[in-house]
Amino acid sequence: MTTHALHGDLESTALYDIPGPQAQRRHFLYGILSTALILGLLAWILYLLFDTRQFTAAKWSPFTYEGIQELLLQGLGNTLKAFAYASLLSLALGAVLATGRLSVHRPVRWLATLFVEFFRAMPVLVMIFFIFVALKVQPLPALVAGLTLYNGSVLAEVFRTGINSVDKGQREAAYALGMRKTQVMTFVLAPQGVRAMLPTIISQLVVALKDTSLGFLVTYEEFLHAGKLIASNLDYDLPFIPVVMIISPIYIGMCMLLSWFATWVARRERRSLKTRAVEVADAEPQTVLPGR
Amino acid sequence: MDVLTENFSLYGKGFLGTVELTVYASLLALFLGFLMAAFRVAPVGSFRVFGTVWVAVLRNTPLTLLFFAVLLGLPRFGLVLPFKVFAVLALGCYTSAFICEALRSGINTVPKGQGEAARSLGMSFTQTLGDVVLPQAFRSVIPPVGSTLIALAKNSAIAGAFSVTELLGTYKTLNELGYSIIWTFIWIAVGYLIITLTISALFNVLEKRYGVAR
Repeated sequence: MTTHALHGDLESTALYDIPGPQAQRRHFLYGILSTALILGLLAWILYLLFDTRQFTAAKWSPFTYEGIQELLLQGLGNTLKAFAYASLLSLALGAVLATGRLSVHRPVRWLATLFVEFFRAMPVLVMIFFIFVALKVQPLPALVAGLTLYNGSVLAEVFRTGINSVDKGQREAAYALGMRKTQVMTFVLAPQGVRAMLPTIISQLVVALKDTSLGFLVTYEEFLHAGKLIASNLDYDLPFIPVVMIISPIYIGMCMLLSWFATWVARRERRSLKTRAVEVADAEPQTVLPGR
Repeated sequence: MDVLTENFSLYGKGFLGTVELTVYASLLALFLGFLMAAFRVAPVGSFRVFGTVWVAVLRNTPLTLLFFAVLLGLPRFGLVLPFKVFAVLALGCYTSAFICEALRSGINTVPKGQGEAARSLGMSFTQTLGDVVLPQAFRSVIPPVGSTLIALAKNSAIAGAFSVTELLGTYKTLNELGYSIIWTFIWIAVGYLIITLTISALFNVLEKRYGVAR
């Protein structure tokens, strides 16, 4: 949500002319009507909340207890822990797989391609469940492994695109200077490729952060799990809606912060002379399946 | 191997459940995504704000949290609907944010001069949009919309974990019946592959027929 999008840059649209005084008055009227409609909707939701007695003291009292605050913090800590492991490991796996896909040896390339395509086509949750149920792994490693396999495969493609986006002359020049294959990759191509793809890489980490919540489904004691524990407590009159109202802003806030960071990096890169020319795609949705 | 042949009806039910969920949620996502994209390019400020907030919030919401809030939260609100409807609602709203972004970037790929030319020919707003801009925008958004719908099909697995009849959910029953877990999962994986590859193939055909060669 940039200011650019909010104020909708009137100059660059193909859809309508810059409104004149009459159109402006009309738009102002539409604006007032639609704002009233949205406010009415919000008021109705608020009424429903009060009507179903979501704001009674009993439902909000648990959040004043230290034990429960600690439980929530612990859940949040566990979420961040899973995120940290998953992002580091998927960056590493992504690097390995990208190297494989760019290899000059055909079997290596095929193997890496097969791996990447398979794990991108599978739902992450199926992988996590498979590791958790079939291989009988603990919840945290199962969650991290599932996230790593999926995000690593996606990141491999991101890295590969980044490296392919580096001007061909760079590679040729490096070879002409007598550098070896590994040197060309590590000193010339990878640094530029990663820099070009940095916003996309960060966006993919947002996906990983969002997906840590899948840990809830394999009984990993993360943030949502802590919320569920509190929500199903009869002593506090099942404070489900209050829990959702507390947890969602924190979750969404964390992801938005990371998304904004990605947008910020992208905007900075666009202004930078070194990477100006490279246009990067969104990390999610991706899934380029075989045959595409 | 026997897992599939002996429990074909169970697998079939789960498979059809996933397909059903995917189809309904896709329709909802396409409708809402289109609406939000229209909001985001509208000349009226409040529409733009609404569309922007919708996309920003839903894109950054973990889908599990959304399912948690919708499937378990809305009933506390006094709204009781079948689980499947809730699942379609959650999946559809979530995916609509991504569809909206795909459509919006599609509209942005149409050169500004096209709209200006249409207007200078005396075309009205609806004509400009319907006859000039959208047909071109649609053609360039076929691949990203396809990927988004594939992601939707994969995300429907979460509904299964929240006890909606769905492909992944079948593992629970088969596990209790004592079948080989590995084979159970292999057939589930095959089921998802069939669905995602079908969507992929469908969009490949669409792209070949309608896509723009740039």
